[in-house]
Amino acid sequence: MKYILMMHGTKADWEAFTKWPKEDLQRNIAFMRAFSQELKESGVFVATEGLAFPEQAKIVRAGKDGEPITDGVFPESKEFLAGYWIIDVESPEQAYKIAARASGAPAPAGTIGSMPIEVRQVMSEAPEDMLQ
Amino acid sequence: MSRQSSDLPIENLLRDLKPQVLGIVVRRFADFAAAEDAVQEALVDAAMQWPRQGVPANPQAWLTQVACRRMTDHIRSESARRRRENEVALESSYVSAPADFEASAEDDTLILLFMCCHPALTRASAIALTLQAVGGLATAEIAHAFLVPEATMAQRISRAKQAIRNSGIPFRLPTKEEREQRLRAVLQVLYLIFNEGYTSSVGSELLRGDLSSEAIRLAQILHNLQPGNPEVAGLLSLMLLTDARRLARTNPGGDLIPLAQQDRGLWDRKQIAEGIALISEALPKGAVGPYQLQAAIAALHDEATRAEDTDWPQIVALYDLLKRMSDNPMVALNHAIASAMVHGPEKGLELLDAIKGDSRLTGSHRLDAVRAHLLELAGDRQAATNHYRAAAIKAGNLSERNYLLTRAAQLSSDQ
Repeated sequence: MKYILMMHGTKADWEAFTKWPKEDLQRNIAFMRAFSQELKESGVFVATEGLAFPEQAKIVRAGKDGEPITDGVFPESKEFLAGYWIIDVESPEQAYKIAARASGAPAPAGTIGSMPIEVRQVMSEAPEDMLQ
Repeated sequence: MSRQSSDLPIENLLRDLKPQVLGIVVRRFADFAAAEDAVQEALVDAAMQWPRQGVPANPQAWLTQVACRRMTDHIRSESARRRRENEVALESSYVSAPADFEASAEDDTLILLFMCCHPALTRASAIALTLQAVGGLATAEIAHAFLVPEATMAQRISRAKQAIRNSGIPFRLPTKEEREQRLRAVLQVLYLIFNEGYTSSVGSELLRGDLSSEAIRLAQILHNLQPGNPEVAGLLSLMLLTDARRLARTNPGGDLIPLAQQDRGLWDRKQIAEGIALISEALPKGAVGPYQLQAAIAALHDEATRAEDTDWPQIVALYDLLKRMSDNPMVALNHAIASAMVHGPEKGLELLDAIKGDSRLTGSHRLDAVRAHLLELAGDRQAATNHYRAAAIKAGNLSERNYLLTRAAQLSSDQ
């Protein structure tokens, strides 16, 4: 079964990230590389992407003529997707375990290891059986 | 898994020969992982050379020779590397091990199946390894079928080989005592491969029919190796009888069509006859198991020319037996549906109440889906709508979710 693990953050979280001390930043970057590599080596990796800062993020809606109408004003509490991994595992528990690894990514001292990771199932699971 | 039609005969020949050649090479070098790589390389050589130069007189000997040469090269470079690293020159496992008995190609294929489906491996690894080592599929084909990157599948397979190496599973047939349990693991892996191909859909398209065909081919090989085993025959029969309905199972848009509404004219009569012949021969042998029972149920469905001709009392009786044999809550769900067809929806709903606390059904959409269906039959549209919606929220398959939402919408608009 496939799961997507998503990292989110408010604009304040994103902004704080730009001010991390160098060592913390480097540890975090090294962890993220090693983590993706670990997923690849354990045979569960499907995909991963990191997203650009949300400064230029837009919400787009179709106007009357189908032309895009964009909106870039968001409430402070809005959480923006920062990046995701898609993994192919044998159980939800295995997905949670991997998500907990991601959650424990190094952060500046005092805020270590509890980044929230949203875990969602990807719709491709086979029905449990074929009995009729 | 697209192949150029002109190369098909050679590809099929290579896939048939793969387990036999692999068996010989593993036997000679006692290193499954390296042997698998070497045979894979030999197959690639053959696939490139044979279409141009013609198929050699003894293709199996040709492949074995090329694979053994690769093995020797591998051992040489491996031992050179070890010497460079100042380590033991040659690991004992590379020393040519004499065969403990003169084994036939049939034995080898069987041993390979047992090995690839070993209970020590995760089911995902066992599936991948079986498709490669016995099925002769390329890593890219397996990756494509399971919708993961090729590198991920390669890694999964290589870890499975590593696990086999580490566990020291010997390359020989399991003992008589463990044979039954090991065979069950093989049947389960083949069943999972079939199911993956039969039921999986991606977006609105059912894409993975090839895995079903591959599972049927492997089950056929196993049946040829163990013709007297009724559960092997049962599994093959179940696959044939289920796969026979494939064309009727979805509409051109990819939506699922329930059994009762399928156009039975689209069912593959030849395959149904084949499945029925197999199960009719297996059942009287007296060693009835879950695959034979499921095949017998599938046969009863397939024999009915119209949905209303289905022999539900007989199906209920078979589910009664199956329920006694297996503690699977999915069996209990299907038993409830069948009972409702015989004794009315109230009886089915009563049976559902008995299993609703089963923790294995938590998070599954099936209980709600079945309850919705029975409530609909009972005429309670409002409750049926609610349960169809509850099932849709839990569904992990897009075609199924579409079906459940559509049922809910249909019922609520009729009210």
